[in-house]
Amino acid sequence: MTLTESLREKISRAFYNHGLLCASYPIPIILFTGFCILACCYPLLKLPLPGTGPVEFTTPVKDYSPPPVDSNHEQGEPAEQPEWYVGAPVAYVQQIFVKSSVFPWHKNLLAVDVFRSPLSRAFQLVEEIRNHVLRDSSGTRSLEELCLQVTNLLPGLRKLRNLLPEHGCLLLSPGNFWQNDWERFHADPDIIGTIHQHEPKTLQTSATLKDLLFGVPGKYSGVSLYTRKRMVSYTITLVFQRYHAKFLGSLRARLMLLHPSPNCSLRAESLVHVHFKEEIGVAELIPLVTTYIILFAYIYFSTRKIDMVKSKWGLALAAVVTVLSSLLMSVGLCTLFGLTPTLNGGEIFPYLVVVIGLENVLVLTKSVVSTPVDLEVKLRIAQGLSSESWSIMKNMATELGIILIGYFTLVPAIQEFCLFAVVGLVSDFFLQMLFFTTVLSIDIRRMELADLNKRLPPEACLSSAKPGGQPTRYERQPAVRPSTPHTVTLQPSSFRNLRLPKRLRVVYFLARTRLAQRLIMAGTIVWIGILVYTDPAGLRTYLAAQVTEQSPLGEGALAPLPVPSGMLPASHLDPAFSIFPPDAPKLPENQTLPGEPPERGGPAEVVHDSPVPMVTWGPEDEELWRKLSFRHWPTLFSYYNITLAKRYISLLPVIPVTLRLNPREALEGRHPQDGRSAWPPPGSVPAGHWEAGPKGPVGVQAHGDVTLYKVVALGLAAGVVLVLLLLCLYCVLCPRNYGQPGGGPGRRRRGELPCDDYGYSPPETEIVPLVLRGHLMVWDAIEGVLCCSSEEVSSGITALVFLDKRIVAVRLNGSLDFFSLETHTALSPLQFRGTSGRGSSPASPMYSSSDTVTCHLTHTVPCAHQKPITALKAAAGRLVTGSQDHTLRVFRLEDSCCLFTLQGHSGAITTVYIDQTMVLPSGGQDGAICLWDVLTGSRVSHMFAHRGDVTSLTCTTSCVISIWDRSTGIKFYSIQQDLGCGASLGVISDNLLVTGGQGCVSFWDLNYGNLLQTVYLGKNSEAQPARQILVLDNAAIVCNFSSELSLVYVPSVLEKLD
Amino acid sequence: MAEGETESPGPKKCGPYISSVTSQSVNLMIRGVVLFFIGVFLALVLNLLQIQRNVTLFPPDVIASIFSSAWWVPPCCGTASAVIGLLYPCIDRHLGEPHKFKREWSSVMRCVAVFVGINHASAKVDFDNNIQLSLTLAALSIGLWWTFDRSRSGFGLGVGIAFLATVVTQLLVYNGVYQYTSPDFLYVRSWLPCIFFAGGITMGNIGRQLAMANMQRLLLMGLSFLKCSPFVK
Repeated sequence: MTLTESLREKISRAFYNHGLLCASYPIPIILFTGFCILACCYPLLKLPLPGTGPVEFTTPVKDYSPPPVDSNHEQGEPAEQPEWYVGAPVAYVQQIFVKSSVFPWHKNLLAVDVFRSPLSRAFQLVEEIRNHVLRDSSGTRSLEELCLQVTNLLPGLRKLRNLLPEHGCLLLSPGNFWQNDWERFHADPDIIGTIHQHEPKTLQTSATLKDLLFGVPGKYSGVSLYTRKRMVSYTITLVFQRYHAKFLGSLRARLMLLHPSPNCSLRAESLVHVHFKEEIGVAELIPLVTTYIILFAYIYFSTRKIDMVKSKWGLALAAVVTVLSSLLMSVGLCTLFGLTPTLNGGEIFPYLVVVIGLENVLVLTKSVVSTPVDLEVKLRIAQGLSSESWSIMKNMATELGIILIGYFTLVPAIQEFCLFAVVGLVSDFFLQMLFFTTVLSIDIRRMELADLNKRLPPEACLSSAKPGGQPTRYERQPAVRPSTPHTVTLQPSSFRNLRLPKRLRVVYFLARTRLAQRLIMAGTIVWIGILVYTDPAGLRTYLAAQVTEQSPLGEGALAPLPVPSGMLPASHLDPAFSIFPPDAPKLPENQTLPGEPPERGGPAEVVHDSPVPMVTWGPEDEELWRKLSFRHWPTLFSYYNITLAKRYISLLPVIPVTLRLNPREALEGRHPQDGRSAWPPPGSVPAGHWEAGPKGPVGVQAHGDVTLYKVVALGLAAGVVLVLLLLCLYCVLCPRNYGQPGGGPGRRRRGELPCDDYGYSPPETEIVPLVLRGHLMVWDAIEGVLCCSSEEVSSGITALVFLDKRIVAVRLNGSLDFFSLETHTALSPLQFRGTSGRGSSPASPMYSSSDTVTCHLTHTVPCAHQKPITALKAAAGRLVTGSQDHTLRVFRLEDSCCLFTLQGHSGAITTVYIDQTMVLPSGGQDGAICLWDVLTGSRVSHMFAHRGDVTSLTCTTSCVISIWDRSTGIKFYSIQQDLGCGASLGVISDNLLVTGGQGCVSFWDLNYGNLLQTVYLGKNSEAQPARQILVLDNAAIVCNFSSELSLVYVPSVLEKLD
Repeated sequence: MAEGETESPGPKKCGPYISSVTSQSVNLMIRGVVLFFIGVFLALVLNLLQIQRNVTLFPPDVIASIFSSAWWVPPCCGTASAVIGLLYPCIDRHLGEPHKFKREWSSVMRCVAVFVGINHASAKVDFDNNIQLSLTLAALSIGLWWTFDRSRSGFGLGVGIAFLATVVTQLLVYNGVYQYTSPDFLYVRSWLPCIFFAGGITMGNIGRQLAMANMQRLLLMGLSFLKCSPFVK
């Protein structure tokens, strides 16, 4: 026990010293901490960025053999070989890249001819590849033996069943669109329609079927009516199960021989292995997003509790920065000491934050804030730190212990998590102590400075007693205003400066302009428009047809390079196959077309124009697959239920194939409808018609812009939805601010409604202060004479308390003004209660006129609370304020010194009560009632008795009566601490009046403007007499005499009040 | 004299509307609905976690349906969580010991986060054997209770819920409604009671907090805002 005590003492002392240090040298300490953070985060630079993109590794083709399965490769190599490069790949992908063009271009050709005949060659190529057989000394090998045999497609892909190969080699080519059937292709009138029939209408991010079959990105394929290059490229994708160098070599040699690419510079000497990380699907994303939402809710609810500081947002930010940078530091430190994180950082991050928590930060803030305000900043920080030191250390020890237990579960993942958590906890502690404490001290100091700037010169506190010198010495002191008796003119309510909170104004603005609805409507219209436009059967094809008819895009033509038609030599390997299949149709209906296409493009007929669609092979063609979506290969394999996650595939160097077709071939392959639809008779074509086609590029551009519009519209819609969501969330989470305008009329009127004029009129007294937009006027209630007024402060007064000779006014901005009334008759509290008649009698020596009352400002407490003050009571030389910031403050009436800050409520304070016995009960929106000792500032008791707001409470020597939640009306709780007590009276001023005695409870609900009910609780006359007399604010007096209860009640006043 | 001139602002006339709509049952109903939806949401999310790891197998044709799990799972979880969330404050009230420990929304959020973390661990972390997994999760669940609840009634109720739910699950699996891929505790996984316990504690925590936070206030706010706001005529 003594050990604990001494330990506690030591810790407390150490924290005290530390707090002094932090508050003394804030800037150097913050700089030092920042340096520490950066230093610890430095190792993070070496870590790879998290992501799911594929990783590549390149090996030369020569002497390639699949890496061994066992991962124990030599020590010298690991720098070169990545960890995943182990074992055989899932598949070897061989792409045969076909570039083809009709050459030379003739003006009689159609746009469709650009791709129809090149595509038709794909069927022959596929056939050729399928039939390729390697014969060598070891026997014959065919493609079927080596290729990746696939089985069924996944059951969900029934509609792709005819398009993707099943039960056989995985060999993809554009011919798959027509089931590899040349006849079918030839009979297809609308090639583009067939190709695009499976394109998704929405924004496409992953590989589409067209990409899969063409093997090149969509815009490179050239299969479009609007291409200017007139070159079609596609790939035939072969997937091999095993690597057989000879077979591949022979295939390559044969294809290159059959279709040579003269100016090909592809080196084809490297093999690229692509490793795919685990895909994060929607299914995995949803829990992740959920954890993050929970995390943000946690941070929100935590930082909401930061109160009583200069900049709440600044401190909340500092708290979050503390936690985040401590996590970064922990990762950095772990990396520094050789521990590489294997866990998915994004997944465990929320849990780490939750484990580390923001609690310490909040506890620190609370404890520092609740230290006496009048102390020096250094001392406040030090005191706050030292008072919470023990609990902080205890919590930390507990958490470390728990994590240590977790470490001994001996599960690698948990161990790693625990390691990170331990380092994170320690670095978090470090940052809290150095960074956050310092920020807090700066904040507190700023608040102090702000206080000091507004504070009056110190002489003001002393001189309130001197009646003589005031008018000359203090400019702020109000002049005694000559009054107009009995006439009070208030400004019309429309001119009143209603100080609505900003958020409320935003909401009003939104509601007034219906901004959200309009945005949604506009977004919807744009969206629908885009959908209509991109609909394949809709507007776009119509437009496209129009464009095609008008300008068949023939503005480009070729340089007169003669096509070597003898370029296709009879292959000595497989001479049976020829480029021109024997069963090719012999120009079915095209002969009927007017205008016989010429055999060769003569110089006269060829339009010289750029670009020249030379089939060129550049280095960019070597790795065109890089331009594919990185999900291309995973998508392809996933169709066959093969996952590439955490595995790799090897991409063999592409085999270039160049196909040159002369116009005759192009015409041969033409479908009858091609010409019919878009081929005008040549006689009617004006000469300048080719040039009349600037619409072509425009069309292309518009086509490309559709994606942009989609993105914009999506973004817009998402933004709108987000804003709405946030609004709803805000509405739900901050009910009391939103409910303010209409909700609960008069519920929290005293504190929140911008009530400019608040009447306070004990009917029997003579001096009535009245507040008008920040003016304080003191009236003589009997004669209606304005005694004095004070008008120098702009902010409205929300509450007044009038005690002795002092008036304390609470202003909207949370400041407290202490006024002192100078009359020459001592107004005693007794006089206030109406026992004495005229209070103000003899004239003063200074002011010779009668009844001179002056009121002057003695003190101002600028920032008494961060939020509006909702409750105000004064008694026994103390002033108690309760605020929405969950705290109470006790001030001394004489010099406005803040004695205590009482924390303990978890909701806004709604009511307080104080009397001469220095017992201070307070009730809050959390339904709790706290009982405080004003002398020591400690909490005597804490009761959760109510389900709703405690709206009013009053106190006797032994009882506390509280009333909760006015709107439910009937409910009424009375907590009796001492059963044998006598009378008690519950009072609520605005709309409800409850008087409770020993024998009866009378209850008035003035929501309806009249007396609602009076409840007698039986045994009324025999009950013990109430011992107290209480005067209520609203002109009702309850007198509880020893043997009878008499209630003096003035209904007219009450009705006027409502 | 001053009172006569002070005009009350416009919305003040709404008083009678408010008092007519509040009652205990409305409060209860709102809480129940909120809890139900929280339960449904958590069930969906946690189910996704389990399905990723092929812990549970639902019949294949059901998988094709919405939300990748059987349709009856989320409503059941929602109903159960509503019942639990209402039961906890009710029992607190009957036992006469109001729950005072860490009554804040931030603490509740922390509790939910830890609960999701426990589920995450059960689904994703590779353990050597099932006993180790179950022991770890049991320790985590007890830790959850100790950190966020610490009431005897909460513990008792949690154990009861865990027992009951496990029995129900056993029955369901026995009757072939669905199955676990690698059952090690009769027909289900041995960590299931731990998860149920932690879930009970969590939902109880939320329920208590909801019961404390005045749901009436929310409703009132909404209603009176609608009725009295100047721009909704």
